[in-house]
Amino acid sequence: MTKIKGAVVIQTEQCKGCGLCVEACVSNVLTMSVNVNSRGYTYCLALNPELCIGCASCAVVCPDSCITVYRQKEESRRDEE
Amino acid sequence: MKSDVRLLKGNEAVAEAAVRSGCDGYFGYPITPQSEILETLMALRPWETSGMQVVQAESEVAAINMVYGGAAIRRRVMTSSSSPGISLMCEGVSYIAAASLPCLIVNVQRGGPGLGTIQPSQGDYFQAVKGGGHGDYHCVVLAPCSVQEMYDFVFDAFEVAFRYRVPVIMLADGMVGQMMEKVKLTPPRQRRTQDEIIAECDTWALTGRGAHRQRNIVTSLQLQASEQEAFNLQLQAKYRQIESRETRWEEYRTEDAEWLLVAFGCSARICRESVDKARREGLRVGLLRPITLWPFPSGRIGELATKVKAMMTVELNAGQMVEDVRLAVNGRVPVWFYGRMGGVIFAPDEVLDNLKKQIESK
Amino acid sequence: MREQDIICEQNKVYSKSRILTDATMHYCPGCSHGVVHKLIAETIEEMGLQQRTIGVSPVGCAVFAYNYLDIDMAEAAHGRAPAVATAIKRLAPDKVVFTYQGDGDLSAIGTGEAIHACNRGESIVMFYINNAIYGMTGGQMAPTTLCGMKTATSPDGRDPKLHGYPYKIAEMLALLDGVCYVTRQTVASVTHIRRAKRAIRCAFENALAGRGVSFVEIVATCNSGWKMSPVAANKWLVENMLPFYPLGDIKNVKEE
Repeated sequence: MTKIKGAVVIQTEQCKGCGLCVEACVSNVLTMSVNVNSRGYTYCLALNPELCIGCASCAVVCPDSCITVYRQKEESRRDEE
Repeated sequence: MKSDVRLLKGNEAVAEAAVRSGCDGYFGYPITPQSEILETLMALRPWETSGMQVVQAESEVAAINMVYGGAAIRRRVMTSSSSPGISLMCEGVSYIAAASLPCLIVNVQRGGPGLGTIQPSQGDYFQAVKGGGHGDYHCVVLAPCSVQEMYDFVFDAFEVAFRYRVPVIMLADGMVGQMMEKVKLTPPRQRRTQDEIIAECDTWALTGRGAHRQRNIVTSLQLQASEQEAFNLQLQAKYRQIESRETRWEEYRTEDAEWLLVAFGCSARICRESVDKARREGLRVGLLRPITLWPFPSGRIGELATKVKAMMTVELNAGQMVEDVRLAVNGRVPVWFYGRMGGVIFAPDEVLDNLKKQIESK
Repeated sequence: MREQDIICEQNKVYSKSRILTDATMHYCPGCSHGVVHKLIAETIEEMGLQQRTIGVSPVGCAVFAYNYLDIDMAEAAHGRAPAVATAIKRLAPDKVVFTYQGDGDLSAIGTGEAIHACNRGESIVMFYINNAIYGMTGGQMAPTTLCGMKTATSPDGRDPKLHGYPYKIAEMLALLDGVCYVTRQTVASVTHIRRAKRAIRCAFENALAGRGVSFVEIVATCNSGWKMSPVAANKWLVENMLPFYPLGDIKNVKEE
């Protein structure tokens, strides 16, 4: 069975904490930080990274282009091994 | 080379000069007394020969912003209008000056204020020379007094505009725009090619962000006060350079003059007659005609103030250039003024009579 | 599978467009401008048009678009971008020229320039960001402000007796023969954003083919001006703006 796994890399220093990505994430991966970045904004964090399916919705809605998304089929990875 | 001499209206001469000077684009809106410029260009169909584009805009506001766009990609672009239309363009001229863009704006002046009249006037001296739009900027202002100069100054204007990246105003009037004279036309010059444009101004013009350079931005916006002031200082330094190099004027019988007339454009032609008439009567009168109204020939007028007994500035307005003449003279001799308004033109005798009256009451 | 095993170049499915600069956008958190800039940048990148594209952004929040898009750009006076773009396109017909204008700019002060560039059929793209408010000057009423909507200059809500009615300039421009494509999109959700991107691509293709004006309206949020959180603003947009400004193609000559 093919399982799709994803991962997000967030430029937290670029994030302005608008929260649109958290709203857009269908897998409940993201949340907002309690701390602030050097510019005083809270930023988004991958609270449950293992749930990410790499759909890129968070990155698509991000006005500041802070999120890079990766996706891999687990099966294909096994083939490589 | 055999020259091409034709009988043309001043406005037609501007259109001929535009095409023959390698102009890339003209953008204008009809207004009397200069509509022949757009009409002639449309009849000449330069887009079929030199490739020059001609667009009838929906307003003077659109026309000047088209000029801004064309200048931003470093094309030779121009517009023309008459007084009320130029008022509408003033915002755009300020942006063009602030974005350091070259262009030519022809103002065939008519009487104002308001809708005024369609007859000749020189009432836009302040507007052209002192700004018109907002902020600290200058346009180089050329004042033609003949149909030949209407032709020649288009070439001169583009030269200066591109040398300093400034807007140049040709401040004509309804008289030189509408009258017909013999004009010597020069052979057409080629428009610059895209490669020449890139070679010449890839550092600032919008020629397309390639792999070889960073993006170019044409803007007049500096939100930081210190950056804006630094830009203002740069602009002022450029203006000082223009003042030292580009001031032009013409003198007529000033060598031994006791009385000096100062007049520009069509007024200067009339004053030339007044000078000759005065000389025939034994009165030693001379004429100084500023060709550039900005930069103004203050230095030369200051020198002449040490030689003549008085000056009289003659203008088709309520007295505008006279202020600059007085600043140049700085109180050394009396500076009188004679003018007519509303499209009424003085005759040579009328000017001379007024000079004599001033001399008598001195 | 560990996260660090997934994060490698070959698995990358979404990253910042190369046509966006590294500058941090000055827009408020959650502002629609960032998303629209991104879509334009992605389209330019995907179509390989960086060298051919020239943008014009007049007064408004997005006047600084030139700080974020890595292409040659000109700022323009308030409302005058279509005139500026007209000259650029006429004098450099090989270029892809677009304007990026707000509702105050395009449908108030610059109505004349917008209509006449459309009427002349200049082969340019006009982006119209309609967030029903003046963002940059601090939240004043725009021509597109909905009736009843509170702004700094309609503090009791827009009253048509006092302020006139909101209007749909996209539908008006669709009547003009020089216009080949008019569409209204939004960027309020992932689905909307993907559709908006297809519309932007269609507009750029029209410009390349010389078909006339492509007009892309984006119904956008101004969460600061609307005094809402970004998430609440998107929800408000869907519930209040979209019924008055319905989405979809209004005109598409290619398909007719």
